[in-house]
Formats: sequence, structure tokens, C-alpha cells
Amino acid sequence: MCSTDSSAMLRALEMATTDALREAVIRLPPDVKRAIERAAAAETNPVAKGELVNIARNIAAAEELGVPLCQDTGVPVVYLTLPPSIPLTENLYDAVAKGVRRATANIPLRPNVVDPLTRHNTNDNTGDGIPAIHVKPGERLAVTVLPKGAGAENVSRIAMLFPSEKDGIERFVVETVLFAGGKSCPPVVLGVGIGGTFDGAAALAKEALLQSIDHMDPLEQKLCDAVNRLGIGPMGMGGDTTAFAVKVKTAACHTASLPVAVNVQCWACRRATREVVW
Amino acid sequence: MTTTLQTPLGDEVLRLHAGDRVELSGIVYTARDDAHLRMKMEGVPFDPKGAAIYHCGPVVQNNRILAAGPTTSARMNNLSGFLLDLGVRALIGKGGMERDVREQLRNRAVYLAFTGGCGALAASHMMLRGVFFKDLGMAEAVWVIELDSLPLVVGIDAQGNDIFETVRACANREFQRYRKPES
Repeated sequence: MCSTDSSAMLRALEMATTDALREAVIRLPPDVKRAIERAAAAETNPVAKGELVNIARNIAAAEELGVPLCQDTGVPVVYLTLPPSIPLTENLYDAVAKGVRRATANIPLRPNVVDPLTRHNTNDNTGDGIPAIHVKPGERLAVTVLPKGAGAENVSRIAMLFPSEKDGIERFVVETVLFAGGKSCPPVVLGVGIGGTFDGAAALAKEALLQSIDHMDPLEQKLCDAVNRLGIGPMGMGGDTTAFAVKVKTAACHTASLPVAVNVQCWACRRATREVVW
Repeated sequence: MTTTLQTPLGDEVLRLHAGDRVELSGIVYTARDDAHLRMKMEGVPFDPKGAAIYHCGPVVQNNRILAAGPTTSARMNNLSGFLLDLGVRALIGKGGMERDVREQLRNRAVYLAFTGGCGALAASHMMLRGVFFKDLGMAEAVWVIELDSLPLVVGIDAQGNDIFETVRACANREFQRYRKPES
């Protein structure tokens, strides 16, 4: 099925990137839709219930019309898995960037990517280091996209706690949501990275958002319950559900360190994967 | 109960209460950071009396609105006073606004919240009617949009009631349990 023709492979990677972005910005994953339905059914605050009904109607409208469900179509964050047969070359990065440009023009996506200092917009959602591409070894060539909107990304935080402050993890997670209030478009999903290095913890936090939110382990559930006690609710107007889920990823770290990163994700927890076939 | 409103708005907005549901029809003008700065410098390109400003940077293709949910209103905290002085009656956005804006709204106008991220739902209630400041780019231009019964919630009313502030105060009280005991 997979020939060794690298130009065909690169073309297929480009198309798969566009397809994954189209899927991600128009349709939410089934686990996220289930979480929204569960929250809407359980909500006791009438304003919050109205917000969740709007969200459910919005999801349906986007699918029906084939348009992005949110106008902030994010910056493209991309995860590639690479089989042993495919060498990691600059061409792979170029193919993904081409896929992003095509997606921007065709879906369309809002052009969000600018130079950080001049604020010049490239108008194609690519730029220095964007798409942000993370590569890992795998069995098959596959592309996963996580279009990340700014409202929730802007309230994400990292802390270098003392190792003696393990209780500080919950405090920091809850405080992050408290500070965010309605700005992050709650109900949110929280990706929490614990351990690793300063930069590694942030990467873990973002990767945690790739996991299904159907299930939480006891630590994740405890953090999620603590966040929901704040009562911030959908859009910060009060309610039972402030977070649908918390997902944690850990890594080993220095004996003198306890890095904790919280990557906040709005209710539109967009992600999609395409296997690259050529 | 849902109140139906039609732009241009008048004193009827003064009777709304924080938490009320509203369906808004008629013309609204999108404006984000850059558009506010431009209007402050060069003047407002539409009649601001009774107008509704929508904090939004839509996705537009072939003169059609594809997605147009609200952006974070807090970025316009320091940019809204002059519009309210000119007679704007409603600010629409997400996440609420700070205390100064609450005072600027008092006895004049309201802040209406639309569900963040609901760009497709919003677009299904919209017709594009025109544009000002197109050179600011798609997200920052002032788009003239006709609404058909967009479902909103009164976030801050003209009496100074602020649903976001109430929720924030409760959340702050809940967070007190993490306060370290005084040593």
C-alpha cells in the first residue's frame, strides 16, 4: 500500500493535514460531545443550562453547514507519528505547512498567525515555528491536529513548585481556573503536566489534551471536582460545570523540582487524527 | 422569559435585569481592539445613537459570515467609554467587563453576553450588510451585520448588577480554603 515514493508520501501528508484540520474545526470528537450532553442534562442553573443548549445547537449548526464551529480556528498544533521507514526531513515539516495553508484558504480558517513583535499577519496561518510540529516514533505515519484558540491558551500557566508542596498542585490548578474566570470559554478541559523540565511540563500539559475525556483517574477526578466547586460555570456566568475533565500527564523530574503546567482548553476541545495513506 | 429587542435601541434596555434572556434583532457593528482605537481617533463611521457593538472578529468568505462568536470583552475595558458617551446602548461579547465599564453603563446601556465559541450558531442568525475599516483585516474590521433573534443573556444591567462579578465573588470565597494559615 505504501510505496517508497517520497513525493507521493509528502503529498498525502499535506492532504491529511488539511483533512484533519477540516474535521477538527467543524466537528468535535464524540467524547467531547458526550461530556457536553452530560453537563447540559445535569445542570441546575438556568443561565448555565441556556449556555450549554447554545453550545449544543452550535455544534449541530457547524456540522449541518460544514463551517468552523468557532471563528477562532486557532493556531495549528500538530503531532506526527513517524514509522521507522520514513526519515525525518525538512520536507515533512514543509508538507504539513502546505496542508495548513491549503486548509486556511479552503475551509476557510481565520488567519491568526502573526510575527510576535511587528504583529504582521502572514495570512496563511504559518510562520516561524508555526505550525508547531511535534514528532514521535510510531507504527504508521499519522497526523493529529489540535487547533488551539487564544482565549484559553492566554490563561494557561506554569509553576515551579517546591517538592514539599505536593498539595500546591491542586491549589495551582484551581487558582488557574479562578484567574481565568469566563475568559477561557468554560466549561474547560484542563491538560495538566506534572514533572519533567520547565518547558517539558508545558508540552506534557498540551499532550494531555489529546487524551479522551470519557474517563478520569482518581487524581484527575479530584482536581476536576475541586475546580467545579468554584461554581464559575459556562462562560463565567455561574453553574455546576466549570470543567468537563482534567487530564494529567507526568514525567520524571529533578529531585529538587516540581514543575506543574496547566494548559487550559475551551469547551471546543478540537482534535482530529488522520492516518497518511499513499 | 425572553425579551425581544430590535436595534436601534432605546430606554427599553434600562428595564433589563442581569440574567434575563434576550433575543436581539437588527443591525450590530463588530469591533475589536484595533477598530475601537481607529474609531477613537477618526470618529465612528455609523450612527452610534442606539447602536449595539459586538466584540467579534468573524470568519467571512464571499460576503458571507461563516462563523462569528464573541471575543473576550475585557480587552475593550478601556476602549468603550467614548462609545457609550456617543449613545451606544449595548455592548455584546463574552466574559464580562470591569467595574469602570459597569459604571459607564449605569442608566444608559447594557452588556449582553453571547455564548463564547458559538460561531456557527451566531452565523445562522446573521446577514452581512457591509463593512468599514476593511484595511484592518478580517478579524479587526467593523462588519455591519443584521441579526435575526440572536439569543443573549444580560450580563451587566443598567442598574449596576453584574452576573460575572457575582460569580467571581463566590468563586473567590470558595478559593479561600486554599489560603495558607497565618504563621
